[in-house]
Amino acid sequence: MGNYFQPEIETASQEQIRAWQDERLIKQVKHVYDNVAMYRERMDELGIKPEDIKGVEDLHKLPFTTKDDLRDQYPYGLLAKPLGDCVRIQSTSGTTGRRVVAFYTQHDIDLWEECCARAIVAAGGTNEDVVHVCYGYGLFTGGPGLNGGSHKLGSLTLPMSSGNTERQIQFMTDLGSTILCCTPSYAAYLAESIIERGVKDKIKLKAGIFGAEAWTEEMRHDIEDKLGIKAYDIYGLTEISGPGVSFECEEQTGMHVNEDHFIAEVINPKTGEVLPDGEKGELVFTSITKEAFPLLRYRTRDICILSHEKCSCGRTHVKMTKPLGRSDDMLIVKGVNVFPSQIETVLLNKGYAANYQIIVTRVNNSDNLEVQVEMTPEMFSDSVGEIEKKEKELVGALKGMLGIYADVKLVAPKSITRSEGKAVRVIDKRNLYQN
Amino acid sequence: MEIKQISVFVENKVGNLAEVAKVMSDAGISLHAISLADTKNFGVLRMLVDDTYNAANALRDKGFIFALTPVIAVATTDEPGSLCEILNIFDEADINLEYLYDVNTGKKDSVYLIFKVENIEVATDILKKKGVKLLTQEDFKA
Repeated sequence: MGNYFQPEIETASQEQIRAWQDERLIKQVKHVYDNVAMYRERMDELGIKPEDIKGVEDLHKLPFTTKDDLRDQYPYGLLAKPLGDCVRIQSTSGTTGRRVVAFYTQHDIDLWEECCARAIVAAGGTNEDVVHVCYGYGLFTGGPGLNGGSHKLGSLTLPMSSGNTERQIQFMTDLGSTILCCTPSYAAYLAESIIERGVKDKIKLKAGIFGAEAWTEEMRHDIEDKLGIKAYDIYGLTEISGPGVSFECEEQTGMHVNEDHFIAEVINPKTGEVLPDGEKGELVFTSITKEAFPLLRYRTRDICILSHEKCSCGRTHVKMTKPLGRSDDMLIVKGVNVFPSQIETVLLNKGYAANYQIIVTRVNNSDNLEVQVEMTPEMFSDSVGEIEKKEKELVGALKGMLGIYADVKLVAPKSITRSEGKAVRVIDKRNLYQN
Repeated sequence: MEIKQISVFVENKVGNLAEVAKVMSDAGISLHAISLADTKNFGVLRMLVDDTYNAANALRDKGFIFALTPVIAVATTDEPGSLCEILNIFDEADINLEYLYDVNTGKKDSVYLIFKVENIEVATDILKKKGVKLLTQEDFKA
C-alpha cells in the first residue's frame, strides 16, 4: 500500500465512485444544458432532456464533443459560467487553424491542482520534496498544473519552465531537486546533458513525472537508467483540465483516471459504440466537476484500453493504458499502419538515441519511409563497411517491426532539432488529399 | 610505427564537407592528405594533419563525430613499379589491405602512400625488414 494525497477518494469503493459519478453527471448535464447553446441545441436535436440522464448508465445517450467543435466555438462558445466567475485561461499549442482555449473558475483550478498533487504523491512525493518543474509555463497546462499540484502538497516548487538546460542542471545540483516534471523527450535530453557534463553524482533526483507526449517503455527504461530514478507517466489534456486527468502509481502498469472528476469511456472510433474493459479504442472523457468549461464525451483521439482490475497500490480508480497511438498520428505507408512509437522501440532496442525523425514522401505514386537517426561515437567507425553493416541491421529490425522497408539515413549529431517542448517526430510530405 | 589519421563522419548533405574544412581552417590546421570515402547516405573523410591533437579538439568542440585511426605512411619513389613492390610485400605476408591513398609531397620523384591494414604491427615489421621507408607523425608536422 502506498501513500495517497486524498486516501478517502483514491481508495473509495467502486460503488462509491459510481455514486459520485451518477450524482455529478446529472448535475453537470443540467448545467451545460442551461448554459451552453451548442449542447442545448444538440440535445434538443436528439430529443434528450437533462432529466433523461439519470446516471452513468445513460451517458451513451449524450452527444460527443470533438476538437472541431472546440475550434468552432472559439473563444467563448462553450463557456458555462459568467466571465466574472472565471480566473484563468489555458490553451493548446494549436498547430492547425484556431487555438483551443479552456476556462477555469478558482474551484476548477483547485480541483485540477489536487489531481496533480495525487500524481506527485503517487510518484513518492511528500512536502519534504523539491519539485523541479520544467514543463513550459504560460498558456501550456504542463507548468501551471504540476506547479499547482506541488503547492497543494506543500513541496518546495522550482518553477523552472522549459529551456535553458545549463540553468536547469545548475538549479538541480545546487538546490537538490528530487522530483523532475517535464516531457519525456526533454527528460532524455537532460539525462544526456547531465552525463555529458559528468555531474550525475551531484543530482538527487529520485523520481520523474513525464507526460504531454507519447513515449515507450524502452524510453522509460532509458531515462530511468541514465538518471537513476523511477519514471512515472502522467496524462491529461487542456480540454479536460490539463495534466493529472490520470497518473501512474508505483505499479507502473497504467494510469489511474481521477474518476471522481472525469468519466472515461473507450469507444469504437468509427461507430461511436462504447467498448467494454480490455478492448482497444478511442478514449472519451466527460468532465463532471468542471464549472467554467465542462465537456460532455470529449473525443481525445488517443487510443487506449481501460481496466478495472484491482491495483496493488490500493487505488480503486480505473486504469488506462498509456496511449497506444493516436488516431491522428498513425501513418499509413504503403497501406501499412505505422506508429512512430514502433520505430522508437526498434531504435532504443538497437542502442540508438531516442532522437529520430520519420520522413514520408511519395515518389511516382509510391510511398517512401525514411528514418533519420543521429550518428553516435559508439556507432562510428573509420570503416565504411562497418557502418553500412549497422545500417543494414537497423533496416532489418525496422522491417521486422513494421513489415515494410524503411530507408535509414544516418545524420550528423544534434542535427535533428532537440525539443524542449514537444518533439516533431513525423514529417509527412505526401499530399494525400490531392488528385 | 603507425601514424594517426583523423576519420570524420560527414552527413551526405550540401555544405557538410565545407563545414569540416572551415573548422580545420579556423583552428589553423594544415591538411597534408585528404581522402573521402562515400556511400549513398554518408561519407567518411580521412585526413592527415600537421597537428592531430588540436584538430581533434576543434572537431570535438564543434560536435563532429570522428575517430583516430592508426595507418601506415610509406615514402617511396614516384616511378613505375614502386606501388607494386609494396603491395607484393603485403601479399606475400598475407596482410589484408583495407584502403590506400597517396599524398603529394611537392618533391619531384617522391610520393607518400597511406595504407590502412588489418594487422598494423605485423605490416610495420615486415615493411621495416624489407627496407621500406616508414614515416612518423613528425614527418607531417609543419
